Amino acid sequence: MRRMLTPGRLLLVAALLALLALAAFGPLIWDDRAEALDTVALQQGASWSHPFGTDELGRDLFARTLVATRTSLLLAAATAGLGFAFGVALGLLPLLAGPRLRSALATTINLLVAFPGLLLALLVATIVGIGSKGAVIALAVALAPQCARLTQTLAGSVGGSEFVAASRVVGVRWPRLLGRHVLPNIAPPLVLQLAASLSAALLALPALSFLGLGVQPPDYDWGRLLGDGLDRMYVTPMAALGPGIVIVLAGVIFNATGDMLAAALASERPDRGRRRRARRAAAAGPAVATADAGGRDEVAAGASADGGRAAAEPVLRVEQLQVALPDGDGEVVPVRGVSFAIAPGERVGIVGESGSGKSLTALAAAELLDAPAVVTAETVALDGEPVRELPRRRRDALLGRALALVPQDPLSALNPALRIGGQLTEAARAHRGLDREQARAVALERLEEMRIDRPQQRLRQHPHELSGGMRQRAVIAMGMTVEPRLLVADEPTTALDVAVEREVLRALRAANERDGTAVLLISHDVGVVGGFCERVLVMYAGRIVEELPAAEMRERAVHPYTRALLAAVPDMAIDRDRPLATIPGRPPHPREVGAGCAFAARCAHASARCAEARPPLRAHGDPAAGRRVACWHPQEGVTADTAAAPAEEERS
Amino acid sequence: MRRNPWIGFAIRRTLLLLVSLGVLVTATFMTVHLVPGDPVRAALGPSASPQLVAQRKAALHLDESLPAQFGHYVSGLARGDFGESIGARRAVSDILSERLPATARLAALAFAACLLLAVPLGALVAIATRGGRRRGLAAGFSVGTGVLISVPEYLCAAGLVAIFGVTLAWLPIAGADSASAYVLPVAALAAVPLATLARMSRVETLRVLDQEYVRVARSKRLPAVRLHLRHVLPNALTATLTIGGVLFGAMIAGTVIVENVFAWPGLGSTVVDAIVQKDYPVVQAIVLVLGAITLLANLVVDVVLGLLDPRSLIRES
Repeated sequence: MRRMLTPGRLLLVAALLALLALAAFGPLIWDDRAEALDTVALQQGASWSHPFGTDELGRDLFARTLVATRTSLLLAAATAGLGFAFGVALGLLPLLAGPRLRSALATTINLLVAFPGLLLALLVATIVGIGSKGAVIALAVALAPQCARLTQTLAGSVGGSEFVAASRVVGVRWPRLLGRHVLPNIAPPLVLQLAASLSAALLALPALSFLGLGVQPPDYDWGRLLGDGLDRMYVTPMAALGPGIVIVLAGVIFNATGDMLAAALASERPDRGRRRRARRAAAAGPAVATADAGGRDEVAAGASADGGRAAAEPVLRVEQLQVALPDGDGEVVPVRGVSFAIAPGERVGIVGESGSGKSLTALAAAELLDAPAVVTAETVALDGEPVRELPRRRRDALLGRALALVPQDPLSALNPALRIGGQLTEAARAHRGLDREQARAVALERLEEMRIDRPQQRLRQHPHELSGGMRQRAVIAMGMTVEPRLLVADEPTTALDVAVEREVLRALRAANERDGTAVLLISHDVGVVGGFCERVLVMYAGRIVEELPAAEMRERAVHPYTRALLAAVPDMAIDRDRPLATIPGRPPHPREVGAGCAFAARCAHASARCAEARPPLRAHGDPAAGRRVACWHPQEGVTADTAAAPAEEERS
Repeated sequence: MRRNPWIGFAIRRTLLLLVSLGVLVTATFMTVHLVPGDPVRAALGPSASPQLVAQRKAALHLDESLPAQFGHYVSGLARGDFGESIGARRAVSDILSERLPATARLAALAFAACLLLAVPLGALVAIATRGGRRRGLAAGFSVGTGVLISVPEYLCAAGLVAIFGVTLAWLPIAGADSASAYVLPVAALAAVPLATLARMSRVETLRVLDQEYVRVARSKRLPAVRLHLRHVLPNALTATLTIGGVLFGAMIAGTVIVENVFAWPGLGSTVVDAIVQKDYPVVQAIVLVLGAITLLANLVVDVVLGLLDPRSLIRES
C-alpha cells in the first residue's frame, strides 16, 4: 500500500484529469475556431498557427481534434457501458437458467467470443444503420461476449458456492440473490473489465468512423478526422497523424489507468517485490561468487572416500563445490565447499533435511545448474576428466555419455509431447553413434531390464499413458541407454508410494549390479539411503557433516545430527506410547548460517566452542575405514539420541 | 484396447463446427429481416418505382414466408448461390470470386509472417533471457511488443503510410498491383498479432525451459538445436497456437480495416461499400464467408494442436 502514490501514478492521474477536462471544456473554448471557415487557408500543412494543418474548408484541424475529444470520449463511454451491460446480463443468464439451457448458453457465449468482434459489429451496423448510434450499438454488441464470458465464469464460481445454495433453500429469490450475494462478490474483476472495455471502445470507435460507418458529417470524432486526413496523406500528413497521435495518447492513458486500477485491487500480492529483488540480485550475482570459500580445512575427499575399495580412479570426484543463489539484495550460499568422491560401481547416498543443499550438490556436480545459480569448485572430475575445464563440445560428450539423471518427479521427467521411443533413443544416438534401429533395440532391452511390460508398445506411447512408477522406471531405463558410469538419482522415490518406491529402488539396484553403474542417490529418507547405499554422506546447512559406511550408520554414527536423524525414524521396536522423536527446531536458512557449527543451536551436546568455531570435516577413527565427521563433540556409543530412542536404554 | 482419441475429437469438433456454421448462417440470414422498414426500399432509395421494388423483392424471395426464405437461403448456399446484389445487379458469388483471392492472399501472408517471425522471435528471446539474463533485452522486448499491441490496425496502417509511403516514398500505399504493394498492408495487418504471439511464445518458452523434463533432456547433453526444437518447442507451441487461432480470427476482421486504408481490392473494402449502400445480400455473403474462414481456421489450429500434443485431444471439452 505504501507505493500507492508513485510519481508515475500521479502523472497518470493528472493526464486522465486533463483528458476529461478537455472533453468537458474543449468544445466551449475551441468550438468557434474549429468551425471558423478560412477560405485563404485551405488544406494547409502543419504550421505554428495550424499545428495539424487545415481541412478543405480551411478549418483548423488542431482545434477540431481538441473539440472532438468530447464526442470521442462520450461515444466510447456509451459503447463500453452498453456493451458491459449486455455482457453482464448475458453472462448471468446461465446462472438463472436450468441445467440444459445453461450449457447451451455457455456454448453460445463461447462461440461469440471466438467470433471476430469486428464482423459482429459490421452485421449489427448493417441492421441498425450507419451513424453514431449504429456504431455504438454495433461495438457494444462486439464487446459484450468478453464481458459475458468473464461474468459467466465468475458468477459460476460464486453461484455454485454453498451460501448461494443455502440461500436458495431458504427461499431467497433470484433478484435479491444476485444483488446481495453474487454481484458484490464478483464486482472487482468486473470493474476492471469495464475499464478494459472503455479503452477498447476508445480505440475501436475511430475505426468505424474511419471506415465511414460511424460518426457522420457535420459531426466529427477523432476517427472521422483521421479518415479524412488519410485521403490527403501526401499533401498534409499531419492532418491524419495529428488525430492518430491523440488517439494513441488517449488509449495509452486509459490502458494505463486500467492497469493501475488492477494493481490497486491486487495490491496485497506479496510476490511482486520479491521477484523484482531476485531479478536485481540475479544481475549482480556473478560478482560475489566466492563469498564463503574460506573453509579449506576439509580433508581432501579422494584420500578417504575410496578407503574400502581398491584405489581405482573415482567416477566422480568433487572438491570444494560451492553454489550461490541470488537472494534479496545479496546472495545466499546453500552449498558451501562440499568434497566427496564416488568409486566405480559404488552406491553413495546423500541424506539431509530439505534445504540442506543435497539436491543442489548433485545437480551442480552434474553441471545442470543454470543462471542465476553460480557454481564454483576446485575440481569436478568425471571419469578422471576435469568437467568444468573442458571445451564445451567435449564436456557435453563426456557428460552425455558418462552421467545420467533421474529426477524427483517421474510425472514431469518425461516430455509430455514426445513418444517414449524418441526420448529413450535420442541420447544413445547422440552419444553412442547408434542408428535408429540400434538405439531402439537398446531402449527395448533397457525397458525389459526395468521390468516394464509390453516394451514394444510402450515405445509408441506418450508419457501420460504410463503409470507413475512405470514412468520413473522408464526414466531410469532412459538414463541407462547410454551405459553411463554414474546415475544421479535426485529423490527418485519421494513422489511415489511405498510399494512403487520399492520397485524403483529395485530397478536402480539392477542397473547398478548389471552394468556396474555407480549411483548417487539423494534422499531425505535415512531408511531408503541406509538400505540402498554402501556409503552415506550426511549434509547439513550446505556442508557434509558426516561420511560413513551405510552398514555402520545405525550402530556407529557419531555426529549428533546423524544420530538425531536416525532416532527420528520409527521402527518396529519403537515404544508406541511415547511420542515420535523429532529434531527440535528447524534447519537454518542459508542466510542465517554463522561462524560456528550450523547444527549447534539444535544440538544437545553443543558447547561454547561450537558456537564460535566451525568444526572441520576430518577423518574419524581408522583412516582406512573412510569415515569423516565434522563435530567438536562426536558421540560414541550405540545408536542415536539418548532422549529419543527408548531401545537404547535397554541396550546400554 | 483404448479408443483412438481422434475419433471423439473428430465427432466433437465436427458437431461444434456445424453448430457454429448454423448460427452464422442464421445470423446473416436474419440481418436483412431485422432491418427496420423495407430493406429493398432502403437500398433502392425513395425515388425507385413501386414496381421495381416489388420486382426486386420477388427476386430476393422477400415476399415469401420466413421459413420458405430460409429454405431458399440455405439451399442457395449449398449450391454456391449467394443471391444477387441489390445495387450492382450481379450475382454475389461473382463478387466473392473476384474479391476473395486478394483478401485470402493478404490474410495468409500476414498469418504466415506472424507465425514464422513471432514464434521463433519469442522463443529465441526466451532462451536468451532465461534465468534473468540479459535484462536489457527482456525489457526492450516487453516495451517493443507492448507498444505494437496497443496501436490498433488503422493507426498502424496510417503510421506506415506516413513513414514508408509518404516520407521515405519507398513503397506503394494503394492497390495490389506489385509485390512491393503487399509489404505495408501485410505489415499493418500482422503487427498486433505478431507482437501478441511473440509475447506468448516467450512466456510459454520460459515456462517450458523451467520444466523438469527439460532439465532431464539437458542432462542428455543433446545438441542445442535438437534440445530446443524437439523438447521445448512442441510444448511451448500448444498455448501459443491456441492464441494464434483466436488472433487469426481477429486478423480476418482486421483485413476490413487494412483493405480500406490501402485501397486493397478485396472483400474488406467491398463490405464497407456494401454497408454504406445498404446492399444487404453482399454484406450477408461477405460476413458469412469471413466468418466461415475463421471457424475453419480454428478447426485447423485444433487439429495441429492434437498432432503436437495428443493430450489436447482429450483435455479439450
